[in-house]
Amino acid sequence: MPKRVAGTLYRGREGMWSWVLHRITGTAIYFFLLVHILDTSLVRLSPQAYNAVIDTYKQPIMGLGEIALVAAIGLHALNGIRIILIDFSSFGAKHQRAMFWVVVTLWLLLLAGFVPRQLMHIFGGGA
Amino acid sequence: MSTAVTSAAKVPEPIATFTATFIIRRFDPEVDEEPRWQDFDVEMRATDRILDALHKIKWEQDGSLTFRRSCAHGVCGSDAMRINGKNRLACKTLIKDLDISKPIYVEAIKGLPLEKDLIVDMEPFFDSFRSVNPFLMVAGPTKDGKERVQSPVERARFDDTTKCILCAACTSSCPVFWTDGQYFGPAAIVNAHRFIFDSRDEGAKVRLDILNDKEGVWRCRTTFNCTDACPRGIQVTQAIAEVKMAILRGKP
Repeated sequence: MPKRVAGTLYRGREGMWSWVLHRITGTAIYFFLLVHILDTSLVRLSPQAYNAVIDTYKQPIMGLGEIALVAAIGLHALNGIRIILIDFSSFGAKHQRAMFWVVVTLWLLLLAGFVPRQLMHIFGGGA
Repeated sequence: MSTAVTSAAKVPEPIATFTATFIIRRFDPEVDEEPRWQDFDVEMRATDRILDALHKIKWEQDGSLTFRRSCAHGVCGSDAMRINGKNRLACKTLIKDLDISKPIYVEAIKGLPLEKDLIVDMEPFFDSFRSVNPFLMVAGPTKDGKERVQSPVERARFDDTTKCILCAACTSSCPVFWTDGQYFGPAAIVNAHRFIFDSRDEGAKVRLDILNDKEGVWRCRTTFNCTDACPRGIQVTQAIAEVKMAILRGKP
């Protein structure tokens, strides 16, 4: 018998999980943009400070962060197209489940093209 | 000899029974501070429904188990509950469609105030339903006092949303509704859709105005939980999307 008093987790399907992912990636991208606007605006204050900040981005940890950023933006963008189709066409509402898997497939293809190249950049292999 | 065969065929085959475990979320406001889980072992047949299991528990094991049900045939919409984490009607969910090697979790629908065991306060749900004017709105009687004529094509336009039984399975499956009780919810929008796209109705503008609100159709995040939960198979999310488009167009 479960100890927790709370109800069970609602067992939604692709639609609910795509919404959860859309929320998480959306929030993450928002915080990235906040930092991104701050670091870019530094160039107007002092180019030296700007260069110092951009140099820290060359650390491997930031390179891995860029992978997470591309993954988040890719998923958010592709799923955003899916949501537009759902809202504006009956085709979208009917085939939303299949479209979710199309989004995941395209997203994995995108990452397959980007991640190996980025890893070479970070760890200096291949080049 | 033919008589022997006939009489042999008349003997009903015994239906296999098995024990299924149910874990039910109980709450008695007079005793419990918090809801608690309680398990019951019930002798079931594959053709039984979850509602039969609840009846057996109430009649044979614990008479205090409280739940709503009326017609028991999927029409009245009284017994929507969360079965294994999904909103379903207890009277339309067969034991054979569930995995009985694991316990079956039954709990009240989410997002509405819990009153006792599987019963929630449906009043906020019906308030949303009332606020979309779910009745035919017309300026006055027809000219010659005859019926309002509608073609089969015009009738088919809103056929899907006429099927709603107001069980609240859709509204209480919506993640937006769980956190924002002000949201009209799928059921109210479905019932607005039923009249907005009815060629005889003249109140579409009023309803579109009501739903063109921060707490109206724009709260819908297309999770499709409602479409999956609807026991009548209504394409709920699509109906909401059609109302969104009608608001953008300014007419049905």
